[in-house]
Amino acid sequence: MEVYLALLVGCFFIVSIYLLLSKYVIRILLGVAILGNAVNLLIFTSGRLTREVPPIIPEALQVPAEATANPLPQALILTAIVISFSFFAFLLVLGYRSFQDLNTDDTDNMRFAEPVDQLPPPKGY
Amino acid sequence: MAGSTGETIDLTGIMVEAGLQPADYLVVAPVVIPILFGALHLMLRNRPVKHGVLAIIGMGLLVVCTFGLLQRVLDTGPVTMTMGRWLPPFGISFSVDTAGALLAFTSAVIALGGAVYAAATSTALESRYGFYPFFMLMMAGVSGAFLTGDVFNLYVWFEVLLISSFGMIVLGSEQRQLDGTMKYAFLNLVATTMFLVATGLLYGTLGTLNMADIWLKLNGEEAVQGPVMTIAMLYFLAFAMKAAAFPLNFWLPASYHTPKYLVSALFAGLLTKVGVYALLRISLMLFADQREVLALFIAWVAALTMLVGVLGALAQREVRRVLGYLVISGIGTMLAGLAIGTQTAVAGVLVYAVHSMIVMAALYLAAGIMARLSGTADMAGSGGLYAASPMLAGAFLILAFSVSGLPPTSGFWGKFVLVKSALEVGAWWLAFMILFSGLLTTIAVFRIWIFAFWRGGPEGTPDGAEAWTVNRLDEKFRLHSALTLGVLTLLTLGLGLAPEMLLSAAADGARGLLYPLSYVGSAFGGGGQ
Repeated sequence: MEVYLALLVGCFFIVSIYLLLSKYVIRILLGVAILGNAVNLLIFTSGRLTREVPPIIPEALQVPAEATANPLPQALILTAIVISFSFFAFLLVLGYRSFQDLNTDDTDNMRFAEPVDQLPPPKGY
Repeated sequence: MAGSTGETIDLTGIMVEAGLQPADYLVVAPVVIPILFGALHLMLRNRPVKHGVLAIIGMGLLVVCTFGLLQRVLDTGPVTMTMGRWLPPFGISFSVDTAGALLAFTSAVIALGGAVYAAATSTALESRYGFYPFFMLMMAGVSGAFLTGDVFNLYVWFEVLLISSFGMIVLGSEQRQLDGTMKYAFLNLVATTMFLVATGLLYGTLGTLNMADIWLKLNGEEAVQGPVMTIAMLYFLAFAMKAAAFPLNFWLPASYHTPKYLVSALFAGLLTKVGVYALLRISLMLFADQREVLALFIAWVAALTMLVGVLGALAQREVRRVLGYLVISGIGTMLAGLAIGTQTAVAGVLVYAVHSMIVMAALYLAAGIMARLSGTADMAGSGGLYAASPMLAGAFLILAFSVSGLPPTSGFWGKFVLVKSALEVGAWWLAFMILFSGLLTTIAVFRIWIFAFWRGGPEGTPDGAEAWTVNRLDEKFRLHSALTLGVLTLLTLGLGLAPEMLLSAAADGARGLLYPLSYVGSAFGGGGQ
């Protein structure tokens, strides 16, 4: 099972890196969304998979009686989902606002902070 | 291990059962205070209260707490606090050693300076759009990153400081800012995602996230099965990108000159240094064997970062863009110490990090005052500022000496220790690169001084014609900016004239990073108390 999920994670990474390499902001945004999911699945897989045994400790015991599903990766993923969701929301708004204000979706044309035709520094006193 | 069923677990020696003293809360106070003040600012952002004063109080408290923490760590060695009743390595621990406490204290000092400067410059509109909550939360993230003892928690603090820095950098929404933020946001997000990937793989390999426990497992008897080298490389990639090392530095010069000057100063002073600290903590302390293998590679990255940074600075005209490239060059200098990896070198990295935080923040603030005086960000567009403000000219001159690594300033000691350590291990070419980049930095930064202060007027006017006009500054701005810049300048001068305390603290920090037995002891109870 881990192997199949690892392959799926690999596919997610391939797709997201391909999209991140694009010039267009909307594709980069999609790449960011897929990248977040790829990482979440990666953490899930690297915590090892145990199906159908919830991590519940019987009242008389200090530790679970048998091997259970690992709850820690789920806690990590929950944190990572919240973070990546809020980042994605911010970037989405940023991308839309940039499209409105800069009139372009193409990163090649986004030369407002670093203009193409800037002067060299003064050569003499 | 607490594994056998039905037994009561013996907590003596591991967990402090007695009530905690107020001083024990110093470990978490540097995170709690900015979060509280951030919440307060968020609630009051539409009210006509003095936000600046509130921020000064908050950052003042932060300085006091981090200073107390630094004193305590220097006295007693590393201190650990674990949240809840989860025994290490299961609970989230805050483990503070000298390196972390030293950088947390320095960042708090810069934040206090930033708050004083902000009190005079921030507008009601900026307050309403949340400048102060972002500022406070960014400080929570920075302090948390310096103090945490848990890798995943470190990731969370990185994200906290990152999302608040997004808010600060885009505040104002000019075209330049939106463009700069695009590059800053996307590339930093990719870097932290790489950090998360490495953390996930590390958990899959070792089954733990507590730094002390990771160190024990990696340096234990049995060899670790798993792609440890890959994980170490991924961590290096992620933090090098955060720290803006070549060839992952392009987001920094694209964005650091776009927001308001105070925001640039805070970013240049604090954020890249968090990346350097994470490199020290993860690559040097945890993955020590892997760093040995990567040492030559890191040395090349360091040398190229120094060179690219300083050449970029020479090619720029706008004051803040020059400074942005000088930040990168400084990161290269610190990476050189990481590549050498001896105790002297790591002490040099810590000294240089403290110096670089102070001096880069001060230079950006000085650039802000210069831009207000002359009305332009161009180094040759102003001129004659010496007559307008001799004190500013003097402060800039001292800062220029400092950033170039010349005595009698703090920059000299950082470079001195690093060059000495490089020559000790025979890496003469790295020592040469540090000195050569220092020479080029001198040219880049003194050119600003000559054109902006020394020359009588803007470029094109005959020299000596005094054909300049400067804007008048209002009293409040004069007072606040002079106070901030003056204290930071005196700090770099003072650390240059009397460096013993900083050098001994940095040596202690370096020893703690390279031989973290007391750090591990404090995390698991028993030792190091």
